[in-house]
Amino acid sequence: MSSAPNLFRTALYANHLAANGRMVPFAGWLMPVQYEGVLSEAKAVRSKVGIFDVSHMGRMRIEGPTAGQFLERVLAFSVKNLKHGRARYGFVLTPKGGVIDDVIIYQQTNEDGPNGRYNLICNAGNRETVASWFQSHIADYPGISVFDYTTNSVMIAVQGPDAKSTIDGICVGENNPSALPSFGSMSQSVKLRNVDPPVEVFIGRTGYTGEDGFEIIADANSGSALWETLRLAGATPCGLGARDLLRLEAGLRLHGSDMDTSKSPLEAGLARFVGMENQEFIGRKALTDQQAMGLDEILVGFKLLESGIPRHGHTLSKGSKQIGEVTSGTYSPTLDTGIGMGYVSLECSAPGDHINVNIRGRIVEAEIVKLPFYHRRKQ
Amino acid sequence: MSDHPSDLKYTTEHEWVRAELDGTATIGITFFAQDQLGDVVYLVLPDVGETIEKGSKMGEVESVKSISDLFVPVSGVVLEINKDAIDHPERINDDPHGAGWMVKIKLSNDVELEQLLSSDDYDKTIAS
Repeated sequence: MSSAPNLFRTALYANHLAANGRMVPFAGWLMPVQYEGVLSEAKAVRSKVGIFDVSHMGRMRIEGPTAGQFLERVLAFSVKNLKHGRARYGFVLTPKGGVIDDVIIYQQTNEDGPNGRYNLICNAGNRETVASWFQSHIADYPGISVFDYTTNSVMIAVQGPDAKSTIDGICVGENNPSALPSFGSMSQSVKLRNVDPPVEVFIGRTGYTGEDGFEIIADANSGSALWETLRLAGATPCGLGARDLLRLEAGLRLHGSDMDTSKSPLEAGLARFVGMENQEFIGRKALTDQQAMGLDEILVGFKLLESGIPRHGHTLSKGSKQIGEVTSGTYSPTLDTGIGMGYVSLECSAPGDHINVNIRGRIVEAEIVKLPFYHRRKQ
Repeated sequence: MSDHPSDLKYTTEHEWVRAELDGTATIGITFFAQDQLGDVVYLVLPDVGETIEKGSKMGEVESVKSISDLFVPVSGVVLEINKDAIDHPERINDDPHGAGWMVKIKLSNDVELEQLLSSDDYDKTIAS
């Protein structure tokens, strides 16, 4: 398993081994699925603070005089009114409105310079697809460069109610990241263990757990010291297993499971992240048509009313009629029951409706619930 | 040092068997198995009184990450199942060879015990 060829290792690989991380192949990378255990790691994030190595996620810098116009074409939302330092979540679509990937883009244009500059985060498994999609549309926008700096850097997510104090605690200087708004970002110097002087990192107030938190991008050479500094400040190392559980409780879709090029953001229940004020984007007409025609199916969340765990591919039914399939499922410690998401026909999608999940031949009753499953308490 | 006590017998399906002198046996899954599964959240066991045949499926153990079938290591009749472990599946992670036991059976074919692995042999199979 660990000897599988051609897998990328993040700059934190040795840290994971030292922390007893169980390494598994994921989207072309060798990543820790868990350290102490999925449930204890998830609990640390819900109650205190956890750190995740998310260095496998794609990171690209998009720069040039027409970068803004280019992004209006390839992103299904507008970057025009995005202020410096602010980020937005949304989609890269096919002409038919299918989701090539979901991404976060940070506006980083220097107001004095002639060039637009943006920082894009995409899914690990879609890094090459997104890059080649962009390349195939870039010719009309002269002077743009797309620089993929994924393997030169690390990205660490710091998530949980204590994320603010943890991250402020390692920062040097006056502007603390805890003052950032949601989807805000800043450059900041951090004091790392056994490293002098402080190093400059990029900090965004984003995450994929349903908790308050930050994602830090640093040079690969600083990665290991950054991880250790956060860990020794009390953050619990968390693997992909906890990350998947937490994101599902928070109702966050996973590209490749909950959506792909065969689904539109409207079907995925994510219309609020589409910016129709952007007239230029690829896939816009398909979405307009879909809006006019109405949807056949839509993604819903459901919780089991009996024991069991729904898994990707299990059939959803109502009476004797098959209405859809599970796209993601897990055991939710917060709800103490099995939860899942899946696409069902529109007439069976109302919260409160009862449906059945076929768990390896056992027919289990479930109730459609409004997403997310888990809301963090506002502080 | 092995995680697998030498007074138990094992199968390649990662179950352990503790045979008693009165012709009964207790069955569970090994330390290695629970470690591979991760946090166990559901356990499905056979009914008391059920006759179970070596090699057949007798239940399921499901963790956050995955699900595994439980196979009968030695044939017999189910005398007791661990209801405490059904209500508290974490027992299987915390104490797989003790409080995390699964079923007690009345053995129907003692010869099958001789076909089980020693802890040394079991450790060799999981190391390879």
